[in-house]
Amino acid sequence: MKKIDVGKKILSENEKYAFENILFLTERKKLCLNIISSPGSGKTTILARTINELKDKIKIGVIEGDIQTDIDAERIRATKAPVIQINTEGACHLSAAQISAALKELPVDDLDLIFIENVGNLVCPSAFDLGESGKIVVLSVAEGDDKPAKYPAIFAKSKVMLINKIDLLDGGHVDFDIDRAKADARRLNKEIKIFPISAKTGEGMANWYDWLISSVNKNIF
Amino acid sequence: MHEMMVAQSLIETISDEAAKYNAKPVGAIISCGTLNTVNDEALRFAFEAIAKDTPCQGVKLEIEHKPIRARCKDCNRDFPVELSNPVCPKCGSEIFELQPDAPLILEQIEFQTD
Repeated sequence: MKKIDVGKKILSENEKYAFENILFLTERKKLCLNIISSPGSGKTTILARTINELKDKIKIGVIEGDIQTDIDAERIRATKAPVIQINTEGACHLSAAQISAALKELPVDDLDLIFIENVGNLVCPSAFDLGESGKIVVLSVAEGDDKPAKYPAIFAKSKVMLINKIDLLDGGHVDFDIDRAKADARRLNKEIKIFPISAKTGEGMANWYDWLISSVNKNIF
Repeated sequence: MHEMMVAQSLIETISDEAAKYNAKPVGAIISCGTLNTVNDEALRFAFEAIAKDTPCQGVKLEIEHKPIRARCKDCNRDFPVELSNPVCPKCGSEIFELQPDAPLILEQIEFQTD
């Protein structure tokens, strides 16, 4: 037997594209946020409401990732924002190469902010950097307050955590200890910004908008 | 399930090295961090499935998991982080700085010699 030390990064192909995307975005001074969550947490509803309510302040484009269909892209298209749909045909995450191609199709120069809506999955997308400026994790209260403890990787890597569907907390429709979810997310990530919101009623969205607008203006992520 | 992509990338790299050394690979050691969430069983299954009819067929994978480390801001201790209970083992502090997670690396390939 002969043993050869290799020492090569395995996902170097993804990293190569991610690095290209970073260059592409920083050269143009564009903020790009990668939204990650379980299926059904409300990512598309959050994006559609955000685009509509910030229409006069910042120009937003969207890259939609789904295994099948362009249902989400249709919902974004209704807001008149430019959108590119990627179908991963079974893959559980978006890759940096797919984002590289989508960025070339979006009218990036006319935009201030690009959202990437990743495939609904709290695990795999956290392992693939896309060259984004930051990751945003969405947790809806119906999923349970134990998710930051159970899926620590994505909460450790995210700049912002949106706790969505807080309207369900009124009337006790779900048991969700918001302080526990916040504390567990902060155990591994002291810097994480946490905004409890309801994309349905609009409650709490102003705090998220303030953060977005100041991030776009400062161009610091 | 993203182990499929990891397996694909692994097979390409091992096959390239095998061609370079003109030898049959029989084993490989890879290492990964804590936050890149590689499941051993899923990776071995994916690797075996894609390796069929490639130079990597029959290659045995050894997977080393490297714990993510942190430095305690209270007592300065450098320690491996227990994700389910992230506290400094020396002073019990919860104030620490997380170090970068180890990337996925193909460390070593074992080739058949005859």
